[in-house]
Amino acid sequence: MNKQQIDIMEHLEGMEVIDSDLMDKVLTLTQKYDYSQFTGKDVENALAAEVLTIADFAAILAPAAFSHLESMAQKAKYETRQHFGNSVSIFTPLYISNYCENNCVYCGFNCQNKILRGKLTVDEIDNELKTIAKTGLKEILILTGESRDMSSVMYIGKAIELAKKYFSTIGVEIYPLNTEEYRYLQQCGADFVSVYQETYNPEAYGEVHLSGPKRVFPYRFNAQERAIRAGIRGVAFGALLGLDDFRKDAYAAGIHAYLLQQKYPHAEISFSVPRLRPYINHSDNNPKDVHEPQLLQIMLAFRLFMPFAGITISTRESARFRDNVIGMAATKISAGVKVGVGGHETEAKGDEQFEISDPRAVNVIHQMIISQGLQPVYTDYIRM
Amino acid sequence: MSDKLIIGGHEFNSRFILGSGKFSLEMTKTVIENAGVEMATVALRRANVDGKENILDYIPQNVTLLPNTSGARTAEEAVRIARLAREIGCGDFVKIEVISDSKYLLPDNYETIKATEILAKEGFVVMPYMYPDLNVARALVNAGAAVIMPLGAPIGSNKGLLTGDFIKILVDEIDLPIIVDAGIGRPSQACAAMEMGLAAVMANTAIATAKDVGLMATAFKLAIESGRAAYLAGLGRVLDSRADASSPLTGFLEG
Repeated sequence: MNKQQIDIMEHLEGMEVIDSDLMDKVLTLTQKYDYSQFTGKDVENALAAEVLTIADFAAILAPAAFSHLESMAQKAKYETRQHFGNSVSIFTPLYISNYCENNCVYCGFNCQNKILRGKLTVDEIDNELKTIAKTGLKEILILTGESRDMSSVMYIGKAIELAKKYFSTIGVEIYPLNTEEYRYLQQCGADFVSVYQETYNPEAYGEVHLSGPKRVFPYRFNAQERAIRAGIRGVAFGALLGLDDFRKDAYAAGIHAYLLQQKYPHAEISFSVPRLRPYINHSDNNPKDVHEPQLLQIMLAFRLFMPFAGITISTRESARFRDNVIGMAATKISAGVKVGVGGHETEAKGDEQFEISDPRAVNVIHQMIISQGLQPVYTDYIRM
Repeated sequence: MSDKLIIGGHEFNSRFILGSGKFSLEMTKTVIENAGVEMATVALRRANVDGKENILDYIPQNVTLLPNTSGARTAEEAVRIARLAREIGCGDFVKIEVISDSKYLLPDNYETIKATEILAKEGFVVMPYMYPDLNVARALVNAGAAVIMPLGAPIGSNKGLLTGDFIKILVDEIDLPIIVDAGIGRPSQACAAMEMGLAAVMANTAIATAKDVGLMATAFKLAIESGRAAYLAGLGRVLDSRADASSPLTGFLEG
């Protein structure tokens, strides 16, 4: 790049800096995390514990835990049943814009990619929402690419206000905001915020986020805390597994969530587990690769460490994997998913961020949940 | 013999209150029938009125609805949810749950007292979920609660009457029905609770997570009835070895 790259630890103008020690704590713990030192005995002790410590969480994320996957699964299923009963929540995402200012090497929305860009008008958003609502869904996740110019806070707020007409639960997965902006979206009707750190290793973070506001690591890291301070009910955490060392990234995401909940006990916590899917032809070569067993280990570790937290399983994963992890670790599943811009009511106005592996419609997912003796839950929330 | 449970002037033959949040909805009717349930809680946040899988559609008409304020973090939010429940036709009963900790889900006694006072004045039959504390229970009585619902153990834990000694203090000192609300994991624990003099038992997870949900519902019904009968019969005194020593301490009085 010709341009001087910005320092990933320096906030840009307009980015709020909050007084918080969470990032230092998480980065320090993560740096110290050496998963190779954990033994099978550590894993067995962790699995015998009623409430897992951070050290127990470290053990069950380690390679040593890999041979205990079945025991972890059994215990995770028990915990999921105790905390969530038979309930499995259903939702769908709606992409309203895919314009983006960031150059993230792994992402389909990368500002340098020549893809079809698009943004829904207010009427188009309303039509999409109406069409989705006809499927019976009551929870929606509104997404944008990261462009303040093309998808402003006011524009997102308008989409939320429209969604309020049809949906009891509204989440947003958008670029990080300042506290006052989160407060504005909360007043519009949003109650849940998802921000994924992608990787918690600052060095690796700098290597894959080449330019754009997303390059600023701490502003992204503190997004959940700003959201909670703004009155948002619940926040989601996650790393893009496979981007860097997935064990350390999963560990960091877990303790990030854990420490935030300790600081704000009312905050509702959830995890997502997006992964970079390994290519088949060199699937055995890279220790960073996250295959299904590794992905499952991470989900089980989150469940055992924070048994009360939600875990969402997205359509990046296959139907077989998704069907098997609900009720065991996952508590929320998407259905009827389109990842282009719009595309529920009319043809998509913009290209997809990634390819989905499970295109099943809401009624099909519904039947699948029922067939497992579980209960599809459409609404579990009252907007205050 | 007539042995009715009376809550807010309403009579119930069953002393088993069913929590409904963790069931597959299809099972709800079977459980209610098998357990002879006459009152069931519904989380208002799960009510999907005119929508799919609406929990309200699965509770038979003859069962009294006990909407709960699950999701409320403050008294104000609990009051709003209770009013909403009444508006959509759930009746005047309300179980107050105010929880401001997403990890342990323990009730916030202070906010619960405030919500109880407001809702009792509005004519609700208020059934507050609380951490068993005698001073709080007295405050709830003064605030107009219809019953007191202490937790036996953390919700969903199936650990039974961990707070049993403190619940017994409420049974001894408070004139309202005391109903154990969370933590009951086995029929034997439900039976023990009833032997102690509790007015009723509420359970959900213990039944919802059983292998045979319908059969477990029956087991709970029998245990609750058995415990109640034992309480009414008056438990016999259980002597320990120290109570009948061979050298009486009072023997000197005869000398």
